[in-house]
Formats: sequence, C-alpha cells, structure tokens
Amino acid sequence: MKKSVFLGTIAVAGLAAGFVSAQTLDEVRARGELNCGVTTGLVGFAAPDANGQWDGFDVGVCRAVAAAVLGDPTAVSFVPTTGQTRFTALASGEIDLLARNTTWTFSRDVDLRFEFVGVNYYDGQGFMVPRELGVSSAMELDGATVCIQTGTTTELNLADFFASNNMAYEPVPIETNAEAQQQYLAGACDVYTTDASGLAATRATFEDPSAHVVLPEIISKEPLGPLVRHGDNEWGDIARWTLNALIAAEELGITSDNVAELAQGTSNPEINRMLGSEGDLGAMLGLASDWAVNAISAGGNYGELFEAHIGEDTAIGLARGLNAQWTDGGLLYSPPFR
Amino acid sequence: MTSITEPPAESFRLSQLIYDTRYRSMTIQVVAFALILFAIYWLGRNIVANLEDLGKDFDFGFLTSRAGYDINQRLIEYSNESTHGRAALVGILNTLLVAVLGCALATVLGVIAGVLRLSRNWIVARLMTVYVEGFRNIPLLLWIILIFAVMTEATPRPADFRGDEPAASMIVGDSIAVTNRGIYIPNVLFTRSLGGNEVLPAADGGAAAVSPAASSLDWLLFIAVVVAGFFGARAIGRWATATQEATGIRPPGTFWMRVAVIILPAAIVLVALGATLDLPHLRGFNFTGGIHLRNSLIALWLALSLYTGAFIAEIVRAGILSVSNGQTEAAFALGMRPNWTMNLVILPQAMRVIIPPLISHYLNLTKNSSLAIAVGYMDVRSTLGGITINQTGRELEGMLLLGLFYLVTSLIISGVMNMYNNSVKLKER
Repeated sequence: MKKSVFLGTIAVAGLAAGFVSAQTLDEVRARGELNCGVTTGLVGFAAPDANGQWDGFDVGVCRAVAAAVLGDPTAVSFVPTTGQTRFTALASGEIDLLARNTTWTFSRDVDLRFEFVGVNYYDGQGFMVPRELGVSSAMELDGATVCIQTGTTTELNLADFFASNNMAYEPVPIETNAEAQQQYLAGACDVYTTDASGLAATRATFEDPSAHVVLPEIISKEPLGPLVRHGDNEWGDIARWTLNALIAAEELGITSDNVAELAQGTSNPEINRMLGSEGDLGAMLGLASDWAVNAISAGGNYGELFEAHIGEDTAIGLARGLNAQWTDGGLLYSPPFR
Repeated sequence: MTSITEPPAESFRLSQLIYDTRYRSMTIQVVAFALILFAIYWLGRNIVANLEDLGKDFDFGFLTSRAGYDINQRLIEYSNESTHGRAALVGILNTLLVAVLGCALATVLGVIAGVLRLSRNWIVARLMTVYVEGFRNIPLLLWIILIFAVMTEATPRPADFRGDEPAASMIVGDSIAVTNRGIYIPNVLFTRSLGGNEVLPAADGGAAAVSPAASSLDWLLFIAVVVAGFFGARAIGRWATATQEATGIRPPGTFWMRVAVIILPAAIVLVALGATLDLPHLRGFNFTGGIHLRNSLIALWLALSLYTGAFIAEIVRAGILSVSNGQTEAAFALGMRPNWTMNLVILPQAMRVIIPPLISHYLNLTKNSSLAIAVGYMDVRSTLGGITINQTGRELEGMLLLGLFYLVTSLIISGVMNMYNNSVKLKER
C-alpha cells in the first residue's frame, strides 16, 4: 500500500513536471527574454564585442530564435558555458537553447536526452602547430604535447586518432579556448586541436597568424548545431524551423534588406508561405505570422550571417566549403516550407 | 502525629507533552526528527520525479564502460581503452598524491614560518608576517593560477634545448631539465627488476641487452628494507640508552652503527636489483626518460602548500605562545640551549594546542585540491567529476561518488590525526 502511494505520487509529480517542461515557449514569453547558452568566447562564433554586446555566428542563431518568438532580436540573455557546463545548464533549464558549436552525436541526442534541431556548421577536427616546428602532416605528431578542451568530442577523437595510428601523445586538458590559446602561445603544448573552424577563429586573434599552420588532416566529422531539451517538441520545432528559415531564405534569395518588401507578397508561393502572406505556418508553430520575417531581419539569412562573422572577408576567413547551399555543391538543404 | 499523604497517582495527560518539562524536550526532538525525515523524503521525491521527467535512470553501470579519453598523469596503468571506473581510480590516486605532498610541505613550511615569526630578529619576523598575511588573504585559486602562469611563461620550451648553441641547458650535470611543460628529473630503473625485464634483441652478434624497468615490487622491497633499517636503528639506540643507564658509559660508535643499519641493506638491495639512473633526454617534441613532474602538479602542490602553510604558521605561533614563558626561563636556568628548549620543552607542550586545528587544515587542503581543474591537473574532480560526467551524462551518480570519496578521505584523515592527538594530548589521570 505504502509503496503504491509512493509510486503514485511519483507518477503524478512526473506527469506534472512533464507538463511543465512542455511549456518552454510560454516560459520564454512570460520572461520576455530567451536564455541562450553560448561559448565563453570564440571570436566569430560567439564573443562580446568592444561594447560588451554578444556577436557572432552562433549568437546570430540565438537572436533569430528570439526574434521569431518575441519579435525582438535583442531580447536574449546570453549565458556563457564551457565544454563541461553546457549540458548541465541545458538539462537543468537554466538555458532554453544551446548554440555553442556542439557536435551532434548519437549519445548526446539519445542518451543525454537532448534534441539537435539541425546543423548550422559542418566541421571537422583539425590540428594547429607553429610554423617553425616544420610539421606538415598530423602523422608526424608522435610524442607531441597536445592542448585540448576537456569535455568535448575532440578529446575522444584525439585518443582514437593517436591510438589507431600507433602514436603516443601527452594531453594537456584545458577548460576554455582562451586558456588553450595562452598555453599554446607560451609553447606549453606543441599542438592545439579543436574543430577546424575554431582553429581558424583562434588563429585570427593571434598577433602573427601566419606563424601558425592548420594541418591538412581533418580527423573527424563534427556537425555543429543548436540543441534543446528532449521532450518539449513544440519548442524544438520552433528552433528547428527558425534555423531552416535562415537556410531557406538564402536559397530563395531573401535577405535582411528585401525581406520587408517580399513579405508584402510575391509571385513565389513558398516565399509567401514562409513570410506569412499566405497560409498560417506561424500559427501552426504557435507564433505570429511574421515570425520568419523577424528571424531573417534579425541578422540576415544564413549566408549573410556566415559572411558577416566567419566568411572570407572577415579575419577568420572560412570558405563556405561544405556549408554552401546544396544548389552550390554544399550540404545545406532545408526541408520545404509547406 | 505524623500523617503520610499518598502521592497522587501519576496520570498522563496529553498537554503534559508541552507543559511538563520532563516531556517537553522529548516532544521537540520527535517533532524535529519528523520534520527532518519529511525534508529528506521531499528531496528524494523531487530527485526521482525530476529524473523521471528528464527520462534518466539512476545507474552506476557507466563505471564499467570504456572511458575513451586519455589522462596525462597516471600512477597506475591506464589507457583510453580502460573503464570510467579505472579513470576515476587514476584521478583518486592523483588527488591523494597532491594531498599527501601538500600536507607534508605545508606542515614543514608552517612550522618554520610559525617559529620564525616569533623570532627576535626584526627582519625575519616581519618577512614571515608578510608571507602569512599575503598567502592567507588572497584566494587560493589566484595563487594556483599565478604559480602556473609563472612556470609556463618564465621557463624555456623543450625546443630551446635543441641545437649546437641551445638557448637553455639542463642543470645538475645534465640530469634535470626545467621546461615550461614541467620538470624532468632522473628516474631509478632496475636491470634485474622483480617485475621482469624486456630483453632487447642482440645487435651485430653482441650480447643481448636488457632494457631497464621498474615495477612496484622493486620499490616495495626497497621501502620495506629502509623501514626495517629504521626499526633496527631505534633498537640500537634503546640498547645504547639501556647500557648507559645500567653502567654509566654509552657504548662508543652507536651513531655510526645506526647509520650503517639504515644505509647498508638498502644499498645492497639497490645493487642486487641492478639499479641504474634513467636520465631525461630530448627526443622528438619532448624530453623522454626520467620522471616528468608536470607544471600542473607542481603549481597545485606549491600553491596548496604555501596557502595552507600560512594558516599552519599561525596555529604553530598560537601553540608556542600558549606555553607560558616560565617554561622557557626554567629550561634556560637548567642550561639548555635555545633550540633544545624549543624542541624538548616548548614544542611538545605546544602540540596539544596545535594538533586539533591542524587536522581541519589537512582536511581543507585535501578538499581544496579539487581546484586542480584550473591548471588541468587530472585529479578525481577532473576525471570522474569532469570528463566522465560530461561524456556519460551521469551528473547525479558522478557527484554522489565524488562526494562520497571526499567524505571517506576526510574521515580517514581526521581519524588518523585524532589517534595522533590522543597520543600527545595532556594525560589526565
């Protein structure tokens, strides 16, 4: 009897908690602000600028979601997280969305109970070494000391890479990108390894970027994307389709400049459906009909965000590569808005 | 005529639980106990409900799954093929290593600083005041990071040791290399190791070479012999004292006999095992050979010791001041020298005041070692409480295990120290 009462209480409490967790959208609306987890500072992806405003490619995703939900791209409270703290922050509800170049893996999606809403950057793990070391391939790194951010997939890839090539290495575990940079520049490690985009972003902040080379080997697949808690599918849909809207906008030629004009109505029904002048996609998501207009005008479409923060005209200088639209030979492919 | 009135029969009324002082304390305790039980139940129910909500179960099975990550400092065999449980064990040993080293150095520093702070030499006393106040009043984390930064920024890179005109060179007869990755010191290896040696194939018809190795068996044997030597030396000392008390003459040469009893057997063991020095040398990116004391270990060790040493110095000073000045005067009147007075009269009495607070500082040091992650030292907080939790998503289980480890360690330390305290405290009969 006692046991059944206990279990019953648990079941009721669990149901109530489940009911509450499905309300992320309402919570965000009531709060008037989106809590978005980002890195502690990786130039180009997420870093505070000279005025203390968060800026970057991942930040752009946060702002687009805030704009879609609340109509205001500045209604975001950024929560800096490290590789170790990010999942706990998301699971505990401290943040509503994690946009922190996080690799989509099976165990994170299934075992850690998260929901990846898509991929905003296709990446792979690379190595950076000082040019004076004279190393031209990762196969020459036997015995090297490697700086690595703890609590990331790179840690596991690195162990696998060195073990499968029968090489030895000395890992130097480090908490944040800034510390890794300091250790690497002081020569406390020979090699810094992280996602290739992160390497490029880090190198861009060096006094003399040309003194460092990123080795040609890419040792892993790292699809980076934003994620939300498992179980609140409505909220997951909003994040997923906001990201898709940014990607589709580039494909359809919608930019932050012409989005207001196109929202009046065009001859292309897909643009009309997406921007809300036809159909009620916004209402299906539980949002206003101009949700996609707001998301796109927040920082521009995917291509605009890319070029503004990490593209070839910036100090980071990443080429589109895999991250081009599928029509240009890349992997970006948004499902249709229908 | 006296009349004896019967006391009224004890009848218990419910209001007595509150108004009768005999029962009131009992009532309060029962109510408090019930409240505590309810709080525990409420917390437990919350955990169960929240885990349910997240779709997580409570399971320690992750400890037997493959860890997949590497650890740089390992006192036992470990590779990324090992289990998470083994990774936790590696971390536990690293924590214990820095805790033991830290407690030892902190005690030495603390006793020296505490005694010197009472020195009549103005400069010495003031210097020690600066040390104590400086370290006590700045957060430990800053000291750890500062020492680590100085060690990585101010020392040469391994590459600087290369070439015909190297920018840096090894010290003490090319046996110790101080680099920004740590300090490499010579290691002792055995050519006739008890753990067995790997035989290298003979080159060009020469005799097959044996590669030196070291197993824990070798060191256990060595330590056992040294410890036995110390007991032997003490036995000789007791015998000499007994002879002196019986005959008035101390047998000559006992000091050298005691030294020989300690050193000779140890030396014989080393020779028998074929001890050789394994010097660090530059190969590839890094130094190889020898023992690598990583900067993370040294920075953490020094910072913990200096910080805790400052507190211990104050405890020692308080302990010494608690012994009345009359004791010192009496010792001087007997013709004892100042250092004898300190060692034989004052410190033994001061110990009674020093030991209890010292225990809590040992505990603090052990728990503070969990700041290791700041410099990437792979202690149990970084392995079990860091990477393992992150890779498996078992926050609750990992943190509970971590808490349990620190609890057990602290209880063992305070248990041992309490035993020592009982042996030095004032015997009241």
